Amino acid sequence: MIQLEKRPQPSRLWTFLTPMLAVVITMIVGGALFAALGKNPVEAIRTIFWDPLFGEFAFYYRPQLLVKAAPLILIAIGLSLGFKAGIWNIGAEGQYIMGALAGAGVGLAFYPLEAAYIFPLMVIAGALGGWAWGMIPGLLKTRFGTNEILVSLMLVYVAEQLLAKMALGLLRNPDGRGFPGSRNLQQYPSAHNAEIIAGTGIHWGVVAALIAVIFAYILFTRHLLGYQIRLAGQAPKAARFAGVNPARLTLVCLGLSGALAGLAGMFEVSGPAGQINIDFNVGYGFTAIIVAFLGRLHPVGILLAGLLLALTFIGGENAESNLGLPAAAIQMFQGMLLFFLLAVDVLTNFRLRWKTAEVV
Amino acid sequence: MSLTRILASAVMALGLAGTALAEDKTKVGFIYVGPIGDGGWTYEHDQGRLAVEEHFGDKVETVFQESVPEGADAERAITQMALQGADLIFTTSFGYMDSTINVASKFPDVKFEHATGFKTADNVSVYSARFYEGRAIQGHIAGKMTKSNVIGYIASFPIPEVIRGINAAYIHAKAVNPDVEFKVIWVYTWFDPPKEADAATALIDQGADVILQHTDSTAPQAAAEKAGVISFGQASDMAEYAPLPRVSSIIDNWAPYYIARTQAVIDGSWESTETWDGIAPGMVEIGAISDAVPAAIKAEALAMKDLIASGQYHPFTGPLNKQDGTPWLAEGEVADDGTLLGMDFYVEGLTAEIPQ
Repeated sequence: MIQLEKRPQPSRLWTFLTPMLAVVITMIVGGALFAALGKNPVEAIRTIFWDPLFGEFAFYYRPQLLVKAAPLILIAIGLSLGFKAGIWNIGAEGQYIMGALAGAGVGLAFYPLEAAYIFPLMVIAGALGGWAWGMIPGLLKTRFGTNEILVSLMLVYVAEQLLAKMALGLLRNPDGRGFPGSRNLQQYPSAHNAEIIAGTGIHWGVVAALIAVIFAYILFTRHLLGYQIRLAGQAPKAARFAGVNPARLTLVCLGLSGALAGLAGMFEVSGPAGQINIDFNVGYGFTAIIVAFLGRLHPVGILLAGLLLALTFIGGENAESNLGLPAAAIQMFQGMLLFFLLAVDVLTNFRLRWKTAEVV
Repeated sequence: MSLTRILASAVMALGLAGTALAEDKTKVGFIYVGPIGDGGWTYEHDQGRLAVEEHFGDKVETVFQESVPEGADAERAITQMALQGADLIFTTSFGYMDSTINVASKFPDVKFEHATGFKTADNVSVYSARFYEGRAIQGHIAGKMTKSNVIGYIASFPIPEVIRGINAAYIHAKAVNPDVEFKVIWVYTWFDPPKEADAATALIDQGADVILQHTDSTAPQAAAEKAGVISFGQASDMAEYAPLPRVSSIIDNWAPYYIARTQAVIDGSWESTETWDGIAPGMVEIGAISDAVPAAIKAEALAMKDLIASGQYHPFTGPLNKQDGTPWLAEGEVADDGTLLGMDFYVEGLTAEIPQ
């Protein structure tokens, strides 16, 4: 019979292999699911994983991958800081909304003035908006010992209400015939987060995501804070002896992850989305949690995981409209990815052993 | 700026190539905001799509994508349909407006039809239905049927479309029952069964014995059935809840419009238009009034339907005042479409406030 034997140390090899193994298993089981729905599984898998990258219209989808992946990566990098230290910010979606509201609010306050300083101000406001929203669970935790998981999650719903309020009230487009939604920032050059090089999909949010990856990599390999984060996560007591101030670390992690989520929201609202609206948030803050874990909380892993998830989103949409696959099947396919990742994770920490039953 | 333009023309050229490939078959795309099984709004649009397939057979191929979020994702979904060679694309939610216009500017040879919006272009038409005509009939039945004199209204978003519906229903409930009171709950969603069910239950707890809904799922029907109050089907007939709680319904029938517009593309006669049709051409239908409604009330409701269809009666006919008491329509005066399309005020008598 098969027995699990705990490894003395997590296997380095399997740490790299399990995500790929999870993708392969997802393809096989997902393919079976698609076949059961009466679709050609090979064609479906090809549509999801191959066509966006190398198909006929790859020139359009490749840039879109960056557009879709950038907010995921930016948010996930921030979350990974806290997750490594055992600080669980589940409310990135709310911080994303607040960043977008603050950024767009500053931009719209200047409308219709055209000036070069407007966009940088919006970036700062976006980061501050997300930071402030992240600091609420941080301060409540350090002052009153509340649970940051619950508080940050609840604040998502508060942020959603505020978003609806803003889309219907303060930020509503005065020329919009009474319909909810702000002015479209894409039509306001000073506030528009346009593509830096047209046709590449690279807007400032993509640049920020890449900078965040590099910054996080250096932080974890070279910087004292990165060391403290890892120590706090792996051995909280030892961390305290080593002089880590847990309250300060909580505030830094929640503040930083909030700021990055806020930036993601700001870049999204001023670029691809264009306007503040009631349905502005589409779940990047929650999907980023999957990205962070799929990427093993490692900056480079998160970069790849963000791109992979973006691929399943875009390829999944194509499969929906080209092959007539139901949206639910695509969502299930994406869910499988995380499910199998967690399932095969066992191989990282455990060894499989064949054991013959012992004779007594 | 010029780079953007170069890209746009490159995309356009490829779009053209894509269209050329599929030239024997006309490809019609549909972008849906909810799942096709929502039993309401999206379901009816999909029925329209199926009617197009049935009507044209091999000459037309349809594609669709369901549950597309409004915003950046919608723009990509529409672009991808245009890239794949769609000749005509229906975007079936208000929130797709700017995305539709953006994509349309990059694909001048693809025709776009945006439901419920107000922005048009050379290759973008808008279309919507005068649902308020159906709301007036609902209001009449509701006003006659209520015993508690409290009518609950599940509203989605405070946009003119929804406000118009509340006003139309209220005016006609009040006309037959001066004591009637409307309670409105805003759920800020078009489709969220648990939220809609919660809203229905909350309204029933506040004494409502008639539930009107401007959201797309059947969850409020189930809640009404449990509480033993009456309800009306929305967007779709929701006949599985008849004869009670569902006593009637407003049905969106998009099929004739979708078939006509597809035909126009095939003939090459398609032009940018603004369509706002009601009961008369059949875009709005009144679902069978069930036996739970007394015959006399049923006859009145059907008579009103005929008057609206023949153009003899307009649901917004004066004298009507706005909520704050200022006069809006004088005796016999009929509301103009411009005011109706931008309606952002309640009529006199409604006690709630429109969320700001």
